[in-house]
Amino acid sequence: MELVTNPQTILDFIRQPWHWAVSGIAISAILFLLTWMGRSFGVSTTFKSACTVLGAGKVSSFFKMDLKEEFWRFAFVIGALLGGMIAASFLSSPDPVAISEATQTHLSEVGLVYPASDNTGRGFVPTSFLNFSSIKGILLAIGGGFLVGFGARYGDGCTSGHAISGLSHLQLPSLITVIGFFMGGLLMTHLILPLLF
Amino acid sequence: MKNISFLSVGILFGIIMTKSEAISWFRIHEMFRFESFHMYGIIGTAVIFGAAIIWVMKKFKMKTLRGTFVSYTPMKLNLPRHLLAGTAFGLGWAITGCCPGPMYVLLGHGYWIIALVMAGALLGTFTYGVVKDKLPH
Repeated sequence: MELVTNPQTILDFIRQPWHWAVSGIAISAILFLLTWMGRSFGVSTTFKSACTVLGAGKVSSFFKMDLKEEFWRFAFVIGALLGGMIAASFLSSPDPVAISEATQTHLSEVGLVYPASDNTGRGFVPTSFLNFSSIKGILLAIGGGFLVGFGARYGDGCTSGHAISGLSHLQLPSLITVIGFFMGGLLMTHLILPLLF
Repeated sequence: MKNISFLSVGILFGIIMTKSEAISWFRIHEMFRFESFHMYGIIGTAVIFGAAIIWVMKKFKMKTLRGTFVSYTPMKLNLPRHLLAGTAFGLGWAITGCCPGPMYVLLGHGYWIIALVMAGALLGTFTYGVVKDKLPH
């Protein structure tokens, strides 16, 4: 690795896909920053707050919460959205996500040719599977989102709250919840998705 | 001003999620098929370093910017709840290929279909709020 000082070269350096270890350390830095700022890392609570904003407090007391305490989280997720925009505009990798040959072969067998199944060619979302142009694509998007939202609230946290923050705090409930994430994910990937492709 | 700092950390998070490829449905599918170490490497590294960071912050009684000490309010242990909730979440995660954080990032990338996924997530959150008293806690 050469030490680079030219701005264009630095940008090219960031543009490469990151090694998993670099990514993992970077995520732990986010955990550090939020903890240092006196907050706990957790994204799915924004869905609860959004329900509260939309008036769900009239239906269930679960949604009666102090929104002022949640402003920081809204700022964080708006940032995440902007970060996505910035990354898409300036930091795109030269090639689509390099998933394994084995996964590519499996996907082409079930009709998701990689990376053509993502109409942007970047390999982020299989738009031939989740899309607005078929009833099936719409139902999968809503249904999948429903399960994520329901499960995150019932379990009081999602991947950021349990897998990253909870495990970093050595919480047993978080570990069991993460095991649940994998039980559901494996069940869906191996037994149900093959019927849905 | 405070919110600008959180916004900045969010921007950083969006970039990290993109470059780590953790926002990729295909990476999540590959992970659940055990066909690459990539996602396990990311989560494993994040947890090992995260645990070390939290340990150090607690050990040296580091004060947060709000003047508090680092602490965590533990959840009451309830095996059926954690497993049922986790399984529901995992079923959805494997369909959509994204958990809540990456949803915001992907929306920023211009994947409008994710807006529908998020609408589903709001509906799921709302449904939990309505039926929660009937579920084991």
